[in-house]
Amino acid sequence: MLDFPRWKTIGISIILLLGILFSIPSFLPEKTRDSLPSVAQAKVNLGLDLAGGSHLLLEADVADLRKTQLTNMEKTVRTAMRGERGPDDDIAIGELSNAGGKISFLVRDQAKLDEARERLFSETQGAGLTGQRDWSIDVIDVTRIVMTPTSAGQTQAVANAMDTARDIIAKRVDDLGTREPTIIREGTDRIVVQVPGLQDPAALKELIGKTARLEFRMVDTNADPNEAAAGRVPVGSEIVPYAEGEGNGAAFEVLRRQVMISGEQLINAQQSYDPQNNQPVVSIRFDSGGSSTFAKVTAQNVGKRFAMVLDGKVLSAPSIKEPILGGSAQISGSFSVASANALAISLRSGALPVKMTVVEERTVTPELGADSIRKGAIAGIIATVSVLVLMLVVYGRFGVYACVALVFNVFLIIAIMAAFNATLTLPGIAGFVLTIGAAVDANVLINERIREELARGRKVFQAIELGYTEASRAIFDANVTNVIAAALMFWFGSGPIKGFAVVLTIGIVTSVFTAVTVTRMFVAHWLRTKRPTTINI
Amino acid sequence: MRLLKLVPDNTNIDFLRWRKWASFMSFFLVAISIALVATKGLNLGVDFVGGQSVRVEFTQDMPPIDEIREKVGKIGLGEATIQQFGSDKAISIRTALPEGDKSAAERAGQQLVAGIQKAFPTAKTGSVETVSGKVSGELIRTGAISLGLAIIGISIYIWIRFEWQFGVGALGRLFHEVSLTFGLFAVTQMQFDLNSVAALLTIVGYSLNDTIVVYDRIRENLKKYRKMDIVPLLNLSINETLSRTVMTTVAMVLALGMLLIFGPDVIFGFTAAMLFGVFIGGYSSVLMSTPVLVWLKVGPDSFIPRTTAGMGGGERVERKDDGAVV
Repeated sequence: MLDFPRWKTIGISIILLLGILFSIPSFLPEKTRDSLPSVAQAKVNLGLDLAGGSHLLLEADVADLRKTQLTNMEKTVRTAMRGERGPDDDIAIGELSNAGGKISFLVRDQAKLDEARERLFSETQGAGLTGQRDWSIDVIDVTRIVMTPTSAGQTQAVANAMDTARDIIAKRVDDLGTREPTIIREGTDRIVVQVPGLQDPAALKELIGKTARLEFRMVDTNADPNEAAAGRVPVGSEIVPYAEGEGNGAAFEVLRRQVMISGEQLINAQQSYDPQNNQPVVSIRFDSGGSSTFAKVTAQNVGKRFAMVLDGKVLSAPSIKEPILGGSAQISGSFSVASANALAISLRSGALPVKMTVVEERTVTPELGADSIRKGAIAGIIATVSVLVLMLVVYGRFGVYACVALVFNVFLIIAIMAAFNATLTLPGIAGFVLTIGAAVDANVLINERIREELARGRKVFQAIELGYTEASRAIFDANVTNVIAAALMFWFGSGPIKGFAVVLTIGIVTSVFTAVTVTRMFVAHWLRTKRPTTINI
Repeated sequence: MRLLKLVPDNTNIDFLRWRKWASFMSFFLVAISIALVATKGLNLGVDFVGGQSVRVEFTQDMPPIDEIREKVGKIGLGEATIQQFGSDKAISIRTALPEGDKSAAERAGQQLVAGIQKAFPTAKTGSVETVSGKVSGELIRTGAISLGLAIIGISIYIWIRFEWQFGVGALGRLFHEVSLTFGLFAVTQMQFDLNSVAALLTIVGYSLNDTIVVYDRIRENLKKYRKMDIVPLLNLSINETLSRTVMTTVAMVLALGMLLIFGPDVIFGFTAAMLFGVFIGGYSSVLMSTPVLVWLKVGPDSFIPRTTAGMGGGERVERKDDGAVV
């Protein structure tokens, strides 16, 4: 007990000193902290339940993605069979369908079957590192080609779509001007969006939940409204419903399937006002290709109507009064300034490759968060102080050592959390208080053991020595079980519970260090200098 | 300065004498808890049933619950579950998952907030949570898995560090504690959500602290007093560690009690569950987890001949002279 080597004392002191130093930035107000060098800026982050903000869990509609994939492949097949070198190069096909999740078609000229296959093969790609292609191409009944998406291809497609979706959502959230948003992929088909300090989650949801697939399509003027109401429309056209609150009473429009211009050809979108009625609108600009198409089509169709379709719903279907040559247009609908702005942001960032739905939302207002911090801090301090007083009253000098160790423990926990950029959540505060209890438990074990050994008639030195060595075993075992529980919470828990597990784990490790090693250093020093023959414990 | 002693020195209470009564009591309480969970059910939060929940704080006096229920019912999201927090001005209003497509679920949260703000203009809506049916199903599953794994994992750890009888004792005790805590949630109808699972996991981890301390002492005494009968040996071990059990329990109750009284009401249920766990933990480590060892016939030979002794306190075997003082 007496031979507490000098290097050990120095080592422990350095650790404690570092602990205090690294915990300081977390207590400073933001402005002071910003003026510090970046090394000293690491601080404990506050979770959304303390800082206020929104947590959204978005899930991709994978079935929708598969459907888009099939439709795209169907288009690819048409283009590929048409050939690059004029009509002689065409391969005649028929009965093209995408039913049952497969593309299937007939090759009319059997001699061209192999060539058709080759052309399609060059349209497919390797799926990641699996060695598989993303589509398998089979020939059945000699004349029919069937293309099936492979599972590796589908996995790859979902992964690619999710990466793109993540980037697009990040762009949109950044455009909203929020600070420090977190946008990460979770699992195969989910994205977590966390935006601290946000007041209006509805706007956020509006923004990131929108696929923003914009299409300009011609209204089919040949369609008979009565026939259309019964679901019968001319070949090459389809019924597209109006978006909620649009259409002035009309439920749908019959539109040509062919897309005149799509959102991919946009170069800019801004919220602005309609000069005629001062309503909020979204002004868009097309790229050069889009501009010339738009000019050509509008010139050919003066007097007819075209429709602006967003995510499969018609927003408005204005008449073309004159050719629109400048490459810009206005999207009108019943917008508010906010919703027009949200749409502009969504259009600028591009369409999401897959439809996303919010499957979980948790929002805490900053006021409630601030209230939780204040009450949590007060309760934490009162809890710590009452435990400290109890230790002093019960163990005297050894209680003082335990208390000093406990205070160091608090600093160490904060310092380590800051160093790892860990997040403090509301349950984390409870974890903090629990750790205080666990930390004194170690000292209780040691001190009770010392009392016991003294009662057995041992000398002071020997009793203290035994107290530390015998109690350490139980302390170790007991803390391992806590770490097991905390690790499981970390793996399976979500947000706030993860925060709790982090604090608990860090607290367990630091509490063993402070409650055993640090108090031992104090006790050794005291024994060496005072050499007491009796102790009051 | 005279120091306070919560437990007098050298207690010699025959705890094991009550072991039949204590086991009967524990079985009885576990049975009641299970029956309560089965009949009254748990008041599951949105985390586990899906739906939307809004925390509402009234700046003036809170209107009667019935009035709130009626007005919320008119929003059109079905019957509301109203839960009071620790403070008397804050409540949580919860409605079930809306029927219809996914977008209906997406809008329901906003609809509820807007409806509440219209019905009670002076109230503040503090936090909104909406969880879809699919996610809530997953949360139930992962919650159950983590709780199960924690109980099994910790029992296995104790089995490896001690002996199989101790592992069984730990398993029994954990089952006991978890059931009683579920019983608490059923009786009080406190909201059972993700935080409650965290509280349960903490209880599982923490309350084993106590058991391990007692078990550690039993292991030590088994090696020291090889001729002593098991019942007096267990009694001795409990008595030797009694002052520590009491002291730690008091410290924990003190810390968690302060958090319960002064802490944020959002984690009231969380803290209450942990406090309850600490309380039960004190009882179980004295009267519940030790008697199991008598039935499982733990004896001095449980440790000596096996190699596992080297992992635990095997190095202490040579100190046989230790016990003579008592």
